[in-house]
Amino acid sequence: MIDCWDKTNEFLTREKLEEKQLVLLNKNFQNAKKSTYYSKAFSKIDKFSSLKEIEKVPFVTKDDLRENFPYGFVSVPKSELVRLHSSSGTTGTPTVVFYTKKDLDDWAELIARCMAMTGGTKEDVFQNTMGHGLFTGGLGFHYGAEKVGMLTIPFGPGNSPRQIWFMKEFGVTVAHILPSYAMHLYSGFAEAGIDPKELKLKTAYIGAEPHSEEMRSQIEQLYGIKAYNSYGLSEMCGPGVAFECKYQNGMHIWEDHFYAEVIDPVTGKVLPDGEEGELVLTTLQKEAMPLFRYRTKDLTRIIPGVCECGRVHRRIERIKGRSDDMLILNGVNTFPIQIEKALMKVEGIGRNYKIEIHKRGYMDKLVVYSELTEESFTDNFKDLEQLKCKVIESLKSELLITPEVHLVRPDSIEVLPGKAKRVFDMR
Amino acid sequence: MIKQISVFMENKPGRLLEVTKLLASNKVNIRTLSLADTAEFGIARLIVDSPEAVVEILKNNRFTARITPVLAVEVPDDAGGLAKVLEVFSESGVNVEYMYGFVEKRHPDKALLVFKVEDPERSKDQLIAKGLTVISEKDIMF
Repeated sequence: MIDCWDKTNEFLTREKLEEKQLVLLNKNFQNAKKSTYYSKAFSKIDKFSSLKEIEKVPFVTKDDLRENFPYGFVSVPKSELVRLHSSSGTTGTPTVVFYTKKDLDDWAELIARCMAMTGGTKEDVFQNTMGHGLFTGGLGFHYGAEKVGMLTIPFGPGNSPRQIWFMKEFGVTVAHILPSYAMHLYSGFAEAGIDPKELKLKTAYIGAEPHSEEMRSQIEQLYGIKAYNSYGLSEMCGPGVAFECKYQNGMHIWEDHFYAEVIDPVTGKVLPDGEEGELVLTTLQKEAMPLFRYRTKDLTRIIPGVCECGRVHRRIERIKGRSDDMLILNGVNTFPIQIEKALMKVEGIGRNYKIEIHKRGYMDKLVVYSELTEESFTDNFKDLEQLKCKVIESLKSELLITPEVHLVRPDSIEVLPGKAKRVFDMR
Repeated sequence: MIKQISVFMENKPGRLLEVTKLLASNKVNIRTLSLADTAEFGIARLIVDSPEAVVEILKNNRFTARITPVLAVEVPDDAGGLAKVLEVFSESGVNVEYMYGFVEKRHPDKALLVFKVEDPERSKDQLIAKGLTVISEKDIMF
């Protein structure tokens, strides 16, 4: 039996999928015109006779959402809204998204697909370590897991000793966790004297922050599990937009719910599959708050070709970074994820790191703090110097700039539960 | 051979004080301490009573510490004492990674020289063969 939830929609042919997309696009368009924003923006558009015609619609950005705060994009009477989620709003007005009953049900369906696709069943015990409040990560998975029929533990973030206790006592088999928190939690296991490999845990869903392939394989090795990459954003629904299947080779976008394009972030030109750019998404089934051509700021590419699993829903590569967290160091574009990738390659380097960027004279200097491991400290300066050189070399070959590297004690770099802040621009 | 504790130190003010305070509050008497550093990091090397227990205390307090086997050689505290030992190393082609010395409690006229070499077991035999006194754990007075 194939691991899947919604066989009909997951295994559509490409032709049928695109037919369905066009029908949904037009339906969605009629619905969207009821919102204040789209009643103006769509006044000159009649209908879409092909998917390609979506290119005549202007992009929508986070700024547009803010300017039309709070109800400018809402297409249903307020009495139909049953929930809202919101970003933290640390950089201004928060981004607030709304859901109807059907939106919530669709969202749970998508999460159920993600979970079933990776082998999740009603026999599983699921611990959800994401925040269950305004953040979509917690509640999104919560209802999906319940739909699958898993015993669901809405734990929320933090409190590592108690997380571990729950995992052990209830034989947790599936966890939803931030990659940085998975790394952090591992030291909690060491302190508790428990080898996580002895747990029943077999699957982790990791997402909500960009992470490298190297970090994924570290998590898999440390815990002795499979870790699947999860992608989503609250503007679309939350998690459940794109997800890895068992082949772990890119994340399938649920294209019967989201129409995906990759554009050149500077010119806005749509790029062919395979080329790297900014992901732009259109909701196809959202009732409360349909969005057309939303610029995600996430940089990725669509992997050409069909996946071995047989789903024609196209795959995106893991997120390389956000077009707004790109660092420009002495004119060279650099992404924090590249730094992580380079660090994870070096043996003897610990799990946590911190990056600072300083201005030295006219030049930018990348300063990396990286942890030793208990094993890599040998009472010998030569070994320490060599390790440091290896870190510098690895970073240099990835970034083409020479960083300043400081080795620090194991577990001395603090990682708070929640989206880890690792980059500090001091310029 | 004796067991030395090596502690990793970031070159930051107050780190050594933290180590010594921690050991003091655990009633650990430091027989001797040698500090070596580069611009980047330092290593504190300590001789204490019951080194295994002390390493545990340090680790539990988030220090990175390990036990390193070193050679402790007793020499008369006068001219030529060190040279005699180094001669033995030189003859057998042994490279000394680092060394430090301290005066013994029970014989104030003798000095204890601590050496880190690659193969302490082998060097120990060579030193004894040349009539030098290699001290063991239990010979050090705390």
